[in-house]
Amino acid sequence: MDSNRIVMEEFQVTEDAKKKGGSTKGKKAKEKKGDESGSSGTSVKIIHMDPVNMEIDFIGFPISLINAYRRIVLAEVATMAIEKVYMYNNTSIIQDEVLAHRLGLVPLKVDPRYFEFRNKDETEWGAQDSVKYELKIKCEKNPRASEHETDCDVISLNRKVLSSSLKWVPIGNQPDIFQPESMQPLHDDILLAKMNPGHLIHLEAYAVKGIGSDHAKFQPGLCWYRFLPEIELTREVEGLEAELLQKCFSPGVINIVDKPDGKKVAEVSDARNDTCSRNVFEYDDIKDSVKLTRKTDHVILYVESHSALKSFEILDEAVNIMIGKCDTLLTEIENHIEGSAA
Amino acid sequence: MGETVPGNLVPEWSTLDPSTISEPVKNIEDKWKLVPAFLRVKGLVKQHIDSFNYFINVDIKNIVKANSKVTSDVEPLFYVKYKNVRVENPNIEESLNITDKSSPHECRLRDITYSAPIMVDVEYMRGDHRIFRKDIPIGRMPIMLRSSNCVLSQCRTPSELAKHNECPHDPGGYFIIKGQEKVILIQEQLSKNRMIVEEDKKGGLTCQVTSSTHEKKSRTNVTMKNGKYYLKHNTLTDDVPICIVFKAMGVTSDQEIVQMIGTEDRIMTSFAASLEECARLNVYTQTQALKYIGNKVRQKRFYDRGPKKTPVDEARDLLATTILAHVPVEKFNFKMKSIYLALMARRVIEAQGDTRTVDDRDYYGNKRLELAGSLISLLFEDLFKKFNADLKKNTDIILGKKGKVSQFDAVQYMQSRQDAITNGLEVAISTGNWTIKRFKMERQGVTQVLSRLSYISALGMMTRVNSQFEKTRKVSGPRSLQPSQWGMVCPSDTPEGESCGLVKNLALMTHITTEVDPEPIIKLAFNCGVEDINLLSGEELSNRDVFLVFLNGNIVGVTREHRRVVRIFRAMRRNGVISGFVSIYPHNKHRCIYISSDGGRLCRPYIIVESCRPAVTEHHIKQLMRGLLSFDDFLHKGLVEYLDVNEENDSNIAMYEREIEPKTTHMEIEPFTILGVCAGLIPYPHHNQSPRNTYQCAMGKQAMGTIGYNQRNRIDTLLYNLVYTHRPLVKTRTIELINFEHLPAGHNAVVAVMSYSGYDIEDAIIINKASLDRGYGRCIVYRNAKCSVKSYANQTSDRVPGPVMQVLDNGKQKPIWKHETLDSDGIAAVGTPVQPRQVLINKQMPTVTQMSFTDEQTARQVEFRDTPVIHKGPGNIYVEKVLLSTDPEGCNLIKMLLRQTRRPEIGDKFSSRHGQKGVTGLIVQQENLPFSDQGIYPDMIMNPHGFPSRMTVGKLMELLGSKSAALAGSLKYGTAFGGTPVKDIMEELVRHGYNYQGKDFLYSGTTGEALKAYIFFGPVYYQKLKHMVMDKMHARSRGPRAVLTRQPTEGRARDGGLRLGEMERDCLIGHGASMLLLERLMISSDAFDVDVCNSCGLLGYSGWCHYCRSSANVSSIRIPYACKLLFQELQSMNIVPRLRLENYCS
Repeated sequence: MDSNRIVMEEFQVTEDAKKKGGSTKGKKAKEKKGDESGSSGTSVKIIHMDPVNMEIDFIGFPISLINAYRRIVLAEVATMAIEKVYMYNNTSIIQDEVLAHRLGLVPLKVDPRYFEFRNKDETEWGAQDSVKYELKIKCEKNPRASEHETDCDVISLNRKVLSSSLKWVPIGNQPDIFQPESMQPLHDDILLAKMNPGHLIHLEAYAVKGIGSDHAKFQPGLCWYRFLPEIELTREVEGLEAELLQKCFSPGVINIVDKPDGKKVAEVSDARNDTCSRNVFEYDDIKDSVKLTRKTDHVILYVESHSALKSFEILDEAVNIMIGKCDTLLTEIENHIEGSAA
Repeated sequence: MGETVPGNLVPEWSTLDPSTISEPVKNIEDKWKLVPAFLRVKGLVKQHIDSFNYFINVDIKNIVKANSKVTSDVEPLFYVKYKNVRVENPNIEESLNITDKSSPHECRLRDITYSAPIMVDVEYMRGDHRIFRKDIPIGRMPIMLRSSNCVLSQCRTPSELAKHNECPHDPGGYFIIKGQEKVILIQEQLSKNRMIVEEDKKGGLTCQVTSSTHEKKSRTNVTMKNGKYYLKHNTLTDDVPICIVFKAMGVTSDQEIVQMIGTEDRIMTSFAASLEECARLNVYTQTQALKYIGNKVRQKRFYDRGPKKTPVDEARDLLATTILAHVPVEKFNFKMKSIYLALMARRVIEAQGDTRTVDDRDYYGNKRLELAGSLISLLFEDLFKKFNADLKKNTDIILGKKGKVSQFDAVQYMQSRQDAITNGLEVAISTGNWTIKRFKMERQGVTQVLSRLSYISALGMMTRVNSQFEKTRKVSGPRSLQPSQWGMVCPSDTPEGESCGLVKNLALMTHITTEVDPEPIIKLAFNCGVEDINLLSGEELSNRDVFLVFLNGNIVGVTREHRRVVRIFRAMRRNGVISGFVSIYPHNKHRCIYISSDGGRLCRPYIIVESCRPAVTEHHIKQLMRGLLSFDDFLHKGLVEYLDVNEENDSNIAMYEREIEPKTTHMEIEPFTILGVCAGLIPYPHHNQSPRNTYQCAMGKQAMGTIGYNQRNRIDTLLYNLVYTHRPLVKTRTIELINFEHLPAGHNAVVAVMSYSGYDIEDAIIINKASLDRGYGRCIVYRNAKCSVKSYANQTSDRVPGPVMQVLDNGKQKPIWKHETLDSDGIAAVGTPVQPRQVLINKQMPTVTQMSFTDEQTARQVEFRDTPVIHKGPGNIYVEKVLLSTDPEGCNLIKMLLRQTRRPEIGDKFSSRHGQKGVTGLIVQQENLPFSDQGIYPDMIMNPHGFPSRMTVGKLMELLGSKSAALAGSLKYGTAFGGTPVKDIMEELVRHGYNYQGKDFLYSGTTGEALKAYIFFGPVYYQKLKHMVMDKMHARSRGPRAVLTRQPTEGRARDGGLRLGEMERDCLIGHGASMLLLERLMISSDAFDVDVCNSCGLLGYSGWCHYCRSSANVSSIRIPYACKLLFQELQSMNIVPRLRLENYCS
């Protein structure tokens, strides 16, 4: 471990003065998972992983690489979302365009990896590139509601149109490949519209595969990272000052330890949890006691899924896209060399 | 009234115990709760409604009573007498004698007037019979929404309002004339019937009184000229020495005159010259004086009726009725008027050498606001008088005829002439031209169309005050903020530019009084020791202790104990014996007590403070919160009272409890109420530079959002809606009070205050594309298309046929492209997208609409020509609704609501609530934007250069407040002169692990590295303004040309050219770019090849000179068509322009 650090001062972020020369390091690490002990001091640690959230530490990698993955997640990892809506009837209060826009933003359970990107000039909806949904719902008076009922949700049936009423309509050979459960919206309680008795919505919607840079509805999830914070106490902080210091950081960052001589001394227990609020600088008497730094070669990457892809699948896809990009580059280089040689 | 009052008349505060003073006054928590209680009772537009109610229920009866009898000059037995008048409930006359109840929304949709019939009970003579008839309509009165006669005033709950398709938050107070919502703006003017001493242009002093009664309006001046005093009036050709006027009024002795004016040495010496002049003119008796004046009366040029009067009679009439018309003269008893005149003279004398006694015209106590009710009453009286005059004229003609066929029935005639009053009122309100013949008054722009851009703009319009002052004059006085406007008029809300300071807005708690009956007040005055002036000789007036008592500018009497009178009046008012809107204050310099009960005074409630203790205690507030007390109870209990500007300036008002001193008489209810509706939206306005608040007041009215709960039922010409509106995270008390939270206009956008790209210079903002994808700033523009299908005199009528079909190759039929949108009924179908130039309503009109008497046969085969309603303008538009109805003329009306959804694009305008507007400079992909440790990406990036020069600290505070509100899940307050303290907000940020200054550690979205600076980052409430690029962009290569000049048309709406103006032309001349000039000014504009005959110099045609009858010397040149046109126009007025052609190069 070396000191690729930035210092968080009161008013600005600076490079660490102690920084040693030759900071450019870290080779391309294509294969990451399970590559715990990289040959050149790089390592990847999965801190937490579930289908929705994921937290990974990248140690010793250049930040541009991690950033590239982040950018790919946001812009290039494909998902399915409703793109075209055929409105047959809509007598509800919500406007056609707004309803269509809302439908587009509904995340679907459909795994995009089974689908192809739809050709722009295509006029037919193919089984290989689109998923069809139908929404046909009518709001009626609830015959069983009591006369004195005032709650609109009780008076009328189907007052709320939820994402669960979007019904999958298979195209072509789709019933052979997919289960109906895996084609529904991801959440079945997304409110799409509200209706009053007599209102009717009838529409057909087609979902296609798309990428986040085209429209935010295709984003598979959110991705960001942060540098690992480090707190260094430059002098001993004790007593009331220690308590104050503890309060300036997130809970669990600073511990107060009873020294054998009876002093209560502050001690950094886990800087990782710090939100980097830099609130120490508010207090003149203790702001000299700490040095706040962040390790630029220790990056904590977060992936948060809100689509059919699980958090790790998103990262997986991102890496695949990266590999694809690298391959393209390599082929181009090879082609060029061949071309110039010939 | 007039009963004995329970409780002591002498309030406790007269006997103060010094020991209680030292105790600190406890703060009354939540006393702001009085503000919503006030608004529930009085509301923001209550002044309009109150004033209209007063007119409709009281004043209209007085007007009819005053003009109740119509007689005939021909037939002495004939008379028509109005017994009673009523304004009924609004209805619609569907056809003859079929009426239907109407609701305001129906009138809006069907383009009809929301009005009610005016019914009278009449007693009249038909032949020899006296007839009494009830419920005779004489016209229709437009009804103000939510006034006592409006159907909405009966609605108690929102659901009842919903049945009428009305929004519960809609304030009402406007009229619906032919489907348009019209507001009668509050008109500000100088008070009538009050003396005002001022310096004229030459530095001389005058005392001016504008008298105004129901019949007359006149202006009387007393001026000083060469040390002598004169009366000036525009019915007199010359200034009349004031002593002569006194003598004409019967005050013939010089001693009496001097006694009335004042017996102080200073006053006597300066008046001596005037007495002398009178003697020099040999005027000693009343008759002499009247003769003198009678000779100076300006002769009326026309309209000479009745027997000619002698100059003496004429002068006496003039003095009695026209000069100082508001001072009553009964049986030519001029006592009151002479004292009044003497006082005017005294004021002028006193003002000499003492500039403090010169009155300030801009002082708000000298101002009266005219509201809808009083304006309509002026108009109605005029129309009613004209109605009666017409009736009389007609009666005279018919009864004068010999050999009557049938008996003349006056009521029949009245019923047939209803239009006079109906149209008079309707036209005045719809055009805003107020013409009142008897006052020779003509005013433009009294009404305006209610702006429905946003809820705030509609509400702001209802509180607008228009000043009757020329906009062109460059005087700063009327425009600048007057200290007496405190609490009455919003100090921030005024437009910029020419009408700056002349158009004002009422503050939140301002109420405008309506007239209170003066009779009981006079009675009360006499009861508490005021002596009638008629009983005094005049000498008493000069006594130091004697105070004159005025009521509405008229002298009531005198009193020796002015303090007691004032005290009793105030106690009576607090006990509810007299109206709460009667104001009384002593003026020690004038030695007068002024009581006012007239309408149009600005007033405002205050908490009464007695013996250093506010009358309102926490106990009262608790009861108020529990609903046991209402605001009116606070008034009745004497805890709170209304003060008008004059009395406010005679009171000692503490702002807060801690500022209460022994002298304190009142306390403010809440300081934020000095702001108006629009300024009330701004969070922390007291931390902003003042002009920024003014800018926001103007911009809040352009913000898109929600108009009302009934917005989807409206078919307006233009209506903007924001799709997903937020309520602001940092709100104010005003926001809660005016229900802005229910009808918001804006979004809480996460803003990073940093520089990005360079597309953010000059206040441009960067927007996150993903935010736009998710619906940020998305808006819907509604427009309407309408047409009426008319029938014509020659039995033809318009028609709306179905689409024109074309036959395809395969034999099928398909509508032509233009008609693709149409249903078979010729009207575009609901839900259809319409492209530009496609037809919305396929209307056709008969080519001949005139009645032709010659040929009956041709009328059979009617030819039609297309007059369709086409969708112009950019972008597709969807048909949302189609309405078919009939308009008041009985024609079929087709209205269509069209909708267009827009997402923000580069160039669209956004603004925060701090006058910080900016256009979108760049839309950036989300991955390129910076992000924080928590993975938050901004919706917007704002350049920090917007802050230093604007000094909008309130915006910084709003950001902090919103951030902590979002983190804590609770809304914060940014109320003016209060709000959540920034320290609390910062501490909350720290609790949630954020930097206490709101600055976050951000990573660059492009390089991935940490940014070198901490970025001020958090949500701010942003408004989308109505100015959008789509409505403004314009370019043209070729296009339509004007018929006359053949030059390109002007303006975007006509797809016009882009003008190369004079200054641009000058530039090109300066550069010597002659070919470019030629191209811009001629070739690209109106080049025209013309044949010129070089022998005669005139224009020829196709190589032939018609003048010379030869083609020998004709050559073709290219000139601007406008030039050719000029030559021909000159020829048509006998000027011959001749062209001489020469070879350019030879």
